[in-house]
Amino acid sequence: MILRRVLIANRGEIALRILRTCRRLGIEAVLAASDADLASVPARLADRVVRLGPPPPSASYLDVDAVLAAARTADVDAVHPGYGFLSENQRLARACAEAGIVFIGPTVKQLAAVGDKLEARRHAVAAGLPVVPGGPLEDTADAARLAAEIGFPLLIKAVGGGGGRGMKQVHDPAALAATIDLAVAEAGAAFGDPRVYLERFVATGRHVEVQLIADGENVVHLGTRDCSVQRRYQKLIEEAPAPALDPALREEMHRAAVALGRHLAYRGLGTVEFLVDVDRGTFYFLEMNARIQVEHPVTEAITGLDLVAEQLAVAEGRPLSFGQADVTFSGHAIECRINAEDWARDFQPSPGTVTEALWPLGEGIRIDTHLQAGATVPPYYDSLLAKLIVHGQDRAEALVRLRGALTRCAIDGVNTNVPMHQAVLDDAEFAQGGVDTAWFTRFLRDHSATGQVTVGGTHG
Amino acid sequence: MSITGEDVQDILRIIDDMEVDRLHVRTGRFELSLRRGDDGEWTQSARTTAQPVLVDDRAAREQPAPGGATPADRAAPAREGLTEVRTPLPGAFYRAPKPGAPPFVEIGDEVTETTVVGIVETMKLMNSVYAGAAGTVADIRLGDGDFTEQGTVLMFIDTQAGGTAS
Repeated sequence: MILRRVLIANRGEIALRILRTCRRLGIEAVLAASDADLASVPARLADRVVRLGPPPPSASYLDVDAVLAAARTADVDAVHPGYGFLSENQRLARACAEAGIVFIGPTVKQLAAVGDKLEARRHAVAAGLPVVPGGPLEDTADAARLAAEIGFPLLIKAVGGGGGRGMKQVHDPAALAATIDLAVAEAGAAFGDPRVYLERFVATGRHVEVQLIADGENVVHLGTRDCSVQRRYQKLIEEAPAPALDPALREEMHRAAVALGRHLAYRGLGTVEFLVDVDRGTFYFLEMNARIQVEHPVTEAITGLDLVAEQLAVAEGRPLSFGQADVTFSGHAIECRINAEDWARDFQPSPGTVTEALWPLGEGIRIDTHLQAGATVPPYYDSLLAKLIVHGQDRAEALVRLRGALTRCAIDGVNTNVPMHQAVLDDAEFAQGGVDTAWFTRFLRDHSATGQVTVGGTHG
Repeated sequence: MSITGEDVQDILRIIDDMEVDRLHVRTGRFELSLRRGDDGEWTQSARTTAQPVLVDDRAAREQPAPGGATPADRAAPAREGLTEVRTPLPGAFYRAPKPGAPPFVEIGDEVTETTVVGIVETMKLMNSVYAGAAGTVADIRLGDGDFTEQGTVLMFIDTQAGGTAS
């Protein structure tokens, strides 16, 4: 099926990003926008705009019925959900299929396979991928045997926990039984589910992911991205390829990601996330994201591909127009997420009206943004204002370009984290490349000590 | 369609060698300003002036926003002898730590300055709202999930009615 008209069911920079590729390919782009976004730049540039609903996401971008009604109103061939919101929502994918509308993403079955962490882990094991050693704890008598298998230090994790909550480290076998008892009691009280499981504790870990594009039969990897610079599980800086990674390990990760894609007979864009255990020189499967991701431009920069265009082609039912041997990697790319938040005040969010938005231009610099002077940054949605992407022949050149580009960003009216990115660039460990996921916390602590930033301050 | 990033780079390549340090382009749909700094590097600012083309969506559902009450509906007149608790940020106000949980405070509860009386969700971040004064909760002006502008009065504290100062 040839796509003639697509509904973009998203907002902000990704809506504009999808819109540009649609326009380049001659596809009519209809934007589904909440009332807060009816005058946004994506709404002004879309061929047409359908009102989705009131500003709160639950009443607009997260409302499957509203998105489907918008698709019917606009009489589109397909819905592109972008990232976040309904991008991996099985109900929307199913409803689209029933309505004869293409959902731009993987199949409902594939969404189900990777949408649940335990289910995804099961598929990863079936595809031969390494997972973090561990297992559920049936009873405490079993714990010593399982702990010996996994090795110390280890983590006790609450089944009902997540996002860093409900975890306890155990370094000493003598402390195991007592810590398990405590963890079980706390898990029951906090999550209403006393079940816990044991997992190897990775002291020095890096978040490295592999981008896949697949047509249901052919699976091609587009290299690695390093997303280890995170705060509270939110990525701040992403690079492609992952720097300072053993070449053999990188190749193994490529192979593992492709193996999972083949196992799932995957169709669309997907990202396989790994935890690199630096001390052991190995990696483990974490999860798979079945959507386009915020950090896709760094992969575009080093491969020269337009990932949205590839996504649309696969959604049309066409086979991939290239194989693995056709993919070449060139140089190094880094992306900074520019957010409306004040890092000097514990990252307090900063909605408001932008009075000026001046962006850098030049060789190897790309800005993905919906932000212009006069634009409103609503309080309803996440704080991403723009992505600054630089590309150089190597990481050193990319860093030089990034430093120059950041000094030329000038956004007035709302606070941004541009000063934080500048401080990161001045850090010797970051400059060296290959920092782990705990690095940013140490960086913040050091900057707190020098009085450059307030950590742990109260909001408001 | 507005100008693309590639178009801007092409324009730059053309004018980069010329004795030009500012360029302003204005069409019916957008304005673009390019400026060369003292260091020779360029910046851009753009403004899209095209108006959105709204589809007549009468077929689409019309419904009020859940919890979308405007502050004007709930304007809180100053009340003598009572201390106002205002929202530090715009966003959705939640009275309880999670759906189904008991509210942080009810009318009549004693609070101290550091008692959390609610949460304001701004840009997907949960921000605690503190009582800011010791006393008794005298009135609560917003419902759970209501949207508030920055500085809206959420509740009143009767500082004469007891409570332990912190």
